[in-house]
Amino acid sequence: MPIVWLFLIVIAISAVGYVLGRSRALHSAGGDSRNLHSLPTFYGANVALKALIPAFGLLIAWLLLQPLYVNSQVSGMIPDTAIKEGSSRSLVMAEVRRTADGLNNAVSQGLLTEIEAANPNADNAEVTRILKEAGQVVTSDITQPVLLAAQKHRVMNTTGYSIMSVVIILAALAGTGISWWQTHAEYRARNVVEQGVRALLLAAASIAVLTTIGIVLSLVFNTWEFFKLYPASDFFFGTTWAPSFSGRGGASDLGIIPLLWGTFYISLVALLVAVPIGLFAAIYLSEYASPRVRSIAKPLLEVLAGIPTIVYGLFALLTVGPLLLDVFGDGGLGWMKAGTAVMTAGLVMGIMLIPFVSSLSDDIINAVPQAMRDGSYGLGATQSETIRQVVLPAALPGIVGAILLAASRAIGETMIVVLGAGAAARLSLNPFEAMTTVTAKIVSQLTGDADFASPEALVAFALGMTLFILTLGLNIFALYIVRKYREQYE
Amino acid sequence: MNDMTRVERAVDSKDIKINAKQVQVYYGDTHAIKDVDVEIEDKTVTAFIGPSGCGKSTFLRCLNRMNDTIDICRVQGDILLDGEDIYDKRVDPVQLRAKVGMVFQKPNPFPKSIYDNVAYGPRIHGLAKNKAELDEIVEKSLRRGAIWDEVKDRLDAPGTGLSGGQQQRLCIARAVATEPEVLLMDEPCSALDPIATAQVEELIDELRSRYSVVIVTHSMQQAARVSQKTAFFHLGNLVEFGETGQIFTNPEDPRTESYITGRIG
Amino acid sequence: MTDASMQSPETGRHTVSLTASDARTKKRAAAEKRFRAYGITAIATGLFFLIVLFASILSQGIPAFQRTVVSVDFTLTQQQQEQAEGTLFKTKAYSDLFISELNSELAERGISVDFDAAAIERLLGKVGGTIRTFYAENPDKLGEPIEFDLAASSRVDGYFKGRVSRDTLQDSRFLQLSDLDLVDALKEAGIIKQVFNWPFITGADSGVDNPGGAGIGASVVGSFFMMLVVLCLSLPIGVAASIYLEEFAPQNRFTDLIEVNISNLAAVPSIVFGILGLAVFIQFMHLPQSAPLVGGLVLTLMTLPTIIISTRASLKAVPPSIRDAALGVGASKMQAVFHHVLPLAAPGILTGTIIGLAQALGETAPLLLIGMVGFVARGYPDGFLAGFTEPNSAMPAQIYTWAARADVGFYEKAWGGIIILLMFLLTMNIIAIILRRRFERRW
Repeated sequence: MPIVWLFLIVIAISAVGYVLGRSRALHSAGGDSRNLHSLPTFYGANVALKALIPAFGLLIAWLLLQPLYVNSQVSGMIPDTAIKEGSSRSLVMAEVRRTADGLNNAVSQGLLTEIEAANPNADNAEVTRILKEAGQVVTSDITQPVLLAAQKHRVMNTTGYSIMSVVIILAALAGTGISWWQTHAEYRARNVVEQGVRALLLAAASIAVLTTIGIVLSLVFNTWEFFKLYPASDFFFGTTWAPSFSGRGGASDLGIIPLLWGTFYISLVALLVAVPIGLFAAIYLSEYASPRVRSIAKPLLEVLAGIPTIVYGLFALLTVGPLLLDVFGDGGLGWMKAGTAVMTAGLVMGIMLIPFVSSLSDDIINAVPQAMRDGSYGLGATQSETIRQVVLPAALPGIVGAILLAASRAIGETMIVVLGAGAAARLSLNPFEAMTTVTAKIVSQLTGDADFASPEALVAFALGMTLFILTLGLNIFALYIVRKYREQYE
Repeated sequence: MNDMTRVERAVDSKDIKINAKQVQVYYGDTHAIKDVDVEIEDKTVTAFIGPSGCGKSTFLRCLNRMNDTIDICRVQGDILLDGEDIYDKRVDPVQLRAKVGMVFQKPNPFPKSIYDNVAYGPRIHGLAKNKAELDEIVEKSLRRGAIWDEVKDRLDAPGTGLSGGQQQRLCIARAVATEPEVLLMDEPCSALDPIATAQVEELIDELRSRYSVVIVTHSMQQAARVSQKTAFFHLGNLVEFGETGQIFTNPEDPRTESYITGRIG
Repeated sequence: MTDASMQSPETGRHTVSLTASDARTKKRAAAEKRFRAYGITAIATGLFFLIVLFASILSQGIPAFQRTVVSVDFTLTQQQQEQAEGTLFKTKAYSDLFISELNSELAERGISVDFDAAAIERLLGKVGGTIRTFYAENPDKLGEPIEFDLAASSRVDGYFKGRVSRDTLQDSRFLQLSDLDLVDALKEAGIIKQVFNWPFITGADSGVDNPGGAGIGASVVGSFFMMLVVLCLSLPIGVAASIYLEEFAPQNRFTDLIEVNISNLAAVPSIVFGILGLAVFIQFMHLPQSAPLVGGLVLTLMTLPTIIISTRASLKAVPPSIRDAALGVGASKMQAVFHHVLPLAAPGILTGTIIGLAQALGETAPLLLIGMVGFVARGYPDGFLAGFTEPNSAMPAQIYTWAARADVGFYEKAWGGIIILLMFLLTMNIIAIILRRRFERRW
């Protein structure tokens, strides 16, 4: 039974529960809703919630746990001898899952009957052919253990989902029944429902924590796998980045230093563009500009922040890169070999960060009390003297915070560097050379057909971990500084 | 440099420092100050009193063109400082404010050291040739601000760390450091406790020997204690202006009498 | 100081006229002017970049909305069809019929130009096949004159748009210099022309060697399903979380933990969310790769902090007196919030949600990791539910795919895709602004 149906059935049960609960409450109050503790709708909602929440909770838990259980059961069926040299259990398990999916597809397309699909003595080559016909990507011929495991996998999943459907419908019915039975005029339905809603609200708020846990776990788990295959010291201190493309094999050099250098260099160029422009724009807009100019220029600058990064990426690749190449390339100064370079990506990223720096700095400059400016003007200082010697020093911590936030943006930016910076990892000082960054390499290692068990793919998680820790540290530090700064003037 | 613009004048104690004639101030459409004529003498403390919103602070801020920083504010009429119109197009408000210093209602030291707070004015106006001269100016100003003894050991400490009364005296010292000729004070004691107020009032009385001081105050007692001349403002009009003793003992206008006896305000 | 100063004997101060400016004042005034100029320069630079960006999007993207077609009136009789089907090379027979038709049309207009079947194939691809398929599917059209709009090859298209010129063209199996004579002749005859490129807007992606046939339509649908997932999940969850944090959360460690997490998640690089999606939704939960459902889930997690932050701001803007009034007549806290505070905050919440969605719509990096690139999204999903689970591309991912292909013909498509994407974003932002203007309430 598809999950959508299960979903709808549970909702239908709870809707019926709502009507039943409401009418039972009214009945027990002799038809006069004034004799009830709560409004009649609360009695209905009470029954409906008690049907829905346990059923859906159970559904989610079941969907998460069943694959784990089935996997561990099936995994035990595969003898060590069936795992080829250089392969791993997880790869074989992936094959098993693909085969099981293929069997399902073949059955639903009518290429196989249920009996044929479950036949343990089926001809492997024949099954492989049918699965390919059913549109399933099966890499090689299916071996006997894999087929058996896949069949077992399929049967366990099918029975598991059938049991799940029954259990969940029963849970919904039980919730309805019990809460219906509890319903009477004195029952404090409103309080119970409000408790329930409050719990739901708390659950929604907790998703933020769950997301962070999810990020940390997925990074830590895969990074750990990576360090089992590749020494951590080589990763952190290696100065060459040269993954082998042949798949598995020890020929890869996966040193993070060139990537960090590229990231750092491009971010530096970006900040050199964005900070002076953004800061001066913010100063002009907050201290000099008339309200009219401000009301036009500020939103226009902020348009730059609303443009998706893919647009900037294309802009770097197809407009800025060729433009820079005309000036600095072989036709001009001869410093540049190709359109993709540190300068290209850095310049475009700088443009992207201008509104980020300017609007944050604008807020911070505006938070400097007017009394401070008056004090300076009262002594006969000019506006620029006041800004340079009183306003900016007072706003400095906040501005530093804003720049750090911009830096963390620059480090985490992906699309501009994927399209504009080039793909070669290199340790060089020439800003007109192509370099690459942590984010660009995460993308290139995880897209394509790499299998997730190889160090070449797993390294992306270690890179992600590094990126996460770097940006998180910068953010926490920057937010701390900005908060301290705000408190000073509150 | 430009001898034609040099003004020769005899300096005596009854010299008129600022002469305001028919001053009108508008905030957007609001007519905030109407037809104010006032003469402020040198080496005298002149107090502006009146109920809240009567325009006394607005008028004070006209005297060194602090109102320029407010976009919607317009000033008409003549305000002459030593016979020169301060609203003349050729006048640089920056130079004007160096001559007409200001102390604000709330103490507003810069978030810098005590030394840098006082040295700020002399530095931007280039009053000191070297560090020694600057040190001298800072010390002299802090002494005039009657705060030297309290801070001489911690000139590097931030000005914001001082108590309210000390901060206000620091702000006065800061204003004095630029060698102004007129000192405007906008309710300088309203944020201070009685003891600090007494110290600042004493200081104002000392400053009178060197500067023309204009003080806006809410407190009639304070006006009576520190000023020689008093101007009473009401609803944007200058109702009465004269000797302080005269105003408080024998006011001519019934509105002044109502205010000082506590019936309006 | 300066010679313009005069020591007055009593006070020791120098008296200078206000209108006289000494060297120092002049220097300070100049510094003031310079400083102001820096500010103006900074703003002008920012706006200049904005203009360059839009100019290059428009100038390079607008050609994507035009395509070059050869339109020929063609009539095929039943007899001709049977004859053609009887030959050995069936498509060649159709192609010959087409060429003779084209020849007669040219002759009618008094234009003579030499060309052969190979030239036609270079210009229009396999014409015979196209015609044959058409009549096989529409046998009732036999004998009627039909106007065929046959898409010209991407190089011919480029010739019309200035991408390919006679000087730069090198003879190849794709296009030869002599073919351009034919193109010019056809242009003169009005047979080859540029029309609005509907297939670009409605079509799906084509293979890597056919930039002319690529369309953005399928990926718009992919984006639509993703946004549907984001809206259905992030709005209720975001509002619920905000209500909890703003109205009910006790002051304790767990609340602090949630707050810290939300502010940090808002600044986590989007690529990290992609890693999360890959590891949790695809590796762990085995949801289908490249599916809008997975993309939507990842973008939901990414958008939630934005929506929570803006929703909390709108809730905070509702004055406490409203809550007090509701509590004062005996409503429960929950009733006060749901009956009074939430409706009053709704416009702000909606505005924030639309802006969050617009952000999610343009996000690319996480989609790369969950496999929305690197395959050709050739068609529309079959049906509503399949829309969530069938592999599809999304607008920004499609643009990236095109930008990463070797054939320069795709660049034009990428820019054109950007124009479509920006039009969606513009519409969403305008709706948000209108909502804000219309319902904004000042307390």
